[in-house]
Amino acid sequence: MPIISYLAHPYKGKKDNLVQEISRVKGCEVIPAQNEELLIVVTETSSKQEEEILKAKLDAIPSMKLLTMVSGFETPID
Amino acid sequence: MYTSLTNRRSFLKKMAVLSAMTAAATMFPGILFAEEQEEGLPKGNLDWKKAPCRFCGVGCGVLVGVENGKAVAVKGDPKSPVNKGLCCVKGYHSVMALYGKDRLTKPLVKKNGRYVETSMDEALDLIASKMKETINDYGKDAVSIYGSGQWTIPDGYVASKLFKGCIGTNNVEANARLCMASAVTGFMTSFGIDEPMGCYDDIDHADVFIMWGNNMAEMHPVLFSRLLDQRMRRGVKIIDFATRTTRTSMAADKSILFLPQTDLAVANAICYEIIANGWVHKEFVAKHCNINKGLTNIGYGLEDNFSFKDQPEKIDFEAYKKFLEDYTPEKVEKYSGVSAKDIKYLASFYGDPNKKVMSLWCMGMNQHTRGTWINNLVYNIHLLTGKISTPGNSPFSLTGQPSACGTVREVGTLTHKLPHGVVTNKEHREFAAKIWDVPVENIPAKPTYHTVEMFRALDRGDIRFMWIQVTNPMVTMPKLKRYRDGAKKEGRFIVVSDVYPTPTTDIADVILPSAMWIEREGMYGNSERRTQYFEQMVAPPGEAMSDTWQIVEVAKRMGYEKQFYYKKESHIEEIYTEYRKHHANKKHNMAPLAVLKENPGMQWPYVEGKPTKWRFNATYDPACSNNEAFHFYGKPDGKAVIWQRPYEPAPEEPDQEYPFWLNTGRVVEHWHTGSMTRRIPVLHKAMPHAYVELNPDDAERMQIKNGDKVRLTTRRGEIILPASIKQRGIPAPMQVFVPFFDESMLINDITLDSFCPISKEPDYKKCAVRVEKA
Repeated sequence: MPIISYLAHPYKGKKDNLVQEISRVKGCEVIPAQNEELLIVVTETSSKQEEEILKAKLDAIPSMKLLTMVSGFETPID
Repeated sequence: MYTSLTNRRSFLKKMAVLSAMTAAATMFPGILFAEEQEEGLPKGNLDWKKAPCRFCGVGCGVLVGVENGKAVAVKGDPKSPVNKGLCCVKGYHSVMALYGKDRLTKPLVKKNGRYVETSMDEALDLIASKMKETINDYGKDAVSIYGSGQWTIPDGYVASKLFKGCIGTNNVEANARLCMASAVTGFMTSFGIDEPMGCYDDIDHADVFIMWGNNMAEMHPVLFSRLLDQRMRRGVKIIDFATRTTRTSMAADKSILFLPQTDLAVANAICYEIIANGWVHKEFVAKHCNINKGLTNIGYGLEDNFSFKDQPEKIDFEAYKKFLEDYTPEKVEKYSGVSAKDIKYLASFYGDPNKKVMSLWCMGMNQHTRGTWINNLVYNIHLLTGKISTPGNSPFSLTGQPSACGTVREVGTLTHKLPHGVVTNKEHREFAAKIWDVPVENIPAKPTYHTVEMFRALDRGDIRFMWIQVTNPMVTMPKLKRYRDGAKKEGRFIVVSDVYPTPTTDIADVILPSAMWIEREGMYGNSERRTQYFEQMVAPPGEAMSDTWQIVEVAKRMGYEKQFYYKKESHIEEIYTEYRKHHANKKHNMAPLAVLKENPGMQWPYVEGKPTKWRFNATYDPACSNNEAFHFYGKPDGKAVIWQRPYEPAPEEPDQEYPFWLNTGRVVEHWHTGSMTRRIPVLHKAMPHAYVELNPDDAERMQIKNGDKVRLTTRRGEIILPASIKQRGIPAPMQVFVPFFDESMLINDITLDSFCPISKEPDYKKCAVRVEKA
């Protein structure tokens, strides 16, 4: 049950668009910085494969310039 | 932010968010996620209580959420004018530092080389009897106390009262000697009274910010975010003037690098430019300033029992102007590494009458063998241009610790100080003795040992008993090996009060578990003269006890019940009320406790129900009494001093054998020696160990890559550290930087114990080092 956090860098001027796009992706939470062009993305999936598919979806968002992983946790379902 | 482990999955999710926020904060100085931080707080019936953060000198107001007797969450206090609801990564994680697995909870006494648990009563009895025995055998100057800028105001006050007033020794020092002493002597020599004339509101008014060797993005991140905010709103300019490229340099509009120690020459060159271009505020200087020169070639304090006394001598403006002819920008560029063009660029902001300038500094100027001088020289710039004591025109020395100002500087926990005034002044001794209810003869008229000399005295055997509270000198002392070996010698008795095991508890004969921060009641005083109160919110673990009450208990056991009359349930109020008597005047009046309890802190001087934001300016400061716009009342004639101070080299400069400069300092993730923040998993993971930063060109030439082992050798010893290249900061060529937070890689084993002869503050920023691939 991976929980992963990422830093997402949007293309210039595309921060709001990127927030909207990520918000539509199931299993993602997005937290935009208030004063920088940067977002925190936290993903919660049920398996490693599902996480990889989700990451590929995020990477494919046109306004996404760079997605870098910060931390990963493996946990059982509550 | 921290939440209880009621739901592992939601906890891990928060950890993931916090890790990302921490990473973001290290990449983007001043980055804010305030809405998320608010939304992410635990829901439920938390009891929110206000406190000042304990992890730096900014003094951010925080709200601590308490649930079932445990501190479970932190958020910025929106009512605090300091941080306006924001916190940095250390602040948000601060309550986690209360709950490390290895908290000290029981007193420990060393017996036959092993620590044995004992009761608090027995430990306090032993401390009192050892102090009495030491005084009987070796005299009262053989006992000492070494505290901290993390001491609360009551902690420092009772320490000073016990040692100076009751026992009768001036062997009271605090670690702020290692970080703020040059700021104090800078203020005292230029203005005759300590602490900044301005306040953080200056940030909202200044047009230009010049950082003098101050990595504010990492060391004072919330304040730095206020600068960035002003740049977004008003387009202010931020200029970083430093020896190393840091997060601050990267966020600044312009970064100017200078060679170590030459800030003295550049400051003089700026003054030269101000005069040469006719930018002097002649009326201000004529009315409000004297010009003095002092002694030169004043030494570096490297030898035991070093002493120095300056001999100020008045000079006229023409003599000062003549002196500055040695500091034309063209002459100074030859040895400072700063181009004449950049010197003129800096001078142009100070000289422009339509620009308000704030100069900010911290350890770069203070940890300097000419720390007092460089403080004087920056004041010179502001005095020559009249850019001082008005909103936005502000020379501002930032502090490193939550109560370096409140406890060490205001209470006066330094060998020469009293809460009001100095031990050398008979009237000041009489005043203190009356409030302390002790014979004036008890307070010696002569200071004894400043911090470096105090540890030298312990090594020599002149001091036999030392009580160390809230600080970790076995990580922070320069030339550490000598002082560690000295402390371990036969016939020394060391008491350490702390919250976790550290290299300093390793040298202790008695370890007392202390109540930390919100586990007790107290006050801190921050960089802008703001005193902030916090109540006890949670119970301390085991037998842990506040440092204040530890001292009170020992004082009573030593026979000073009369002076330490305080009741346990009300002692903080009684101590603070007594302490306020020392400052009951328009220049320093402290707000009553009821006012502190109601407000997110209050600035002194607090006069007729109002704080004073800008001192020495008659519009804002009721203590001004000369019927002029400005009154520098710290000096008898009401005038500030412009000091003629030359450039003098550092005591140890790179040579053939040791060809690099070694600079040391801090990182955003860790609080000083890391004894608390390294026990916070997110912060520890973000910055797990120390490293040596190299210039990329030097690294390439030496075939050193990131993570490679590098041997640093100085005349004091050697240490091996992993290399860091183009990661956090970038040193200039032939310079290296090492953070000091990591007790497993003690960089201070190889630093030099030279100090400013006036402030006695060591210089951790400059010594010569050999660098090799290990």
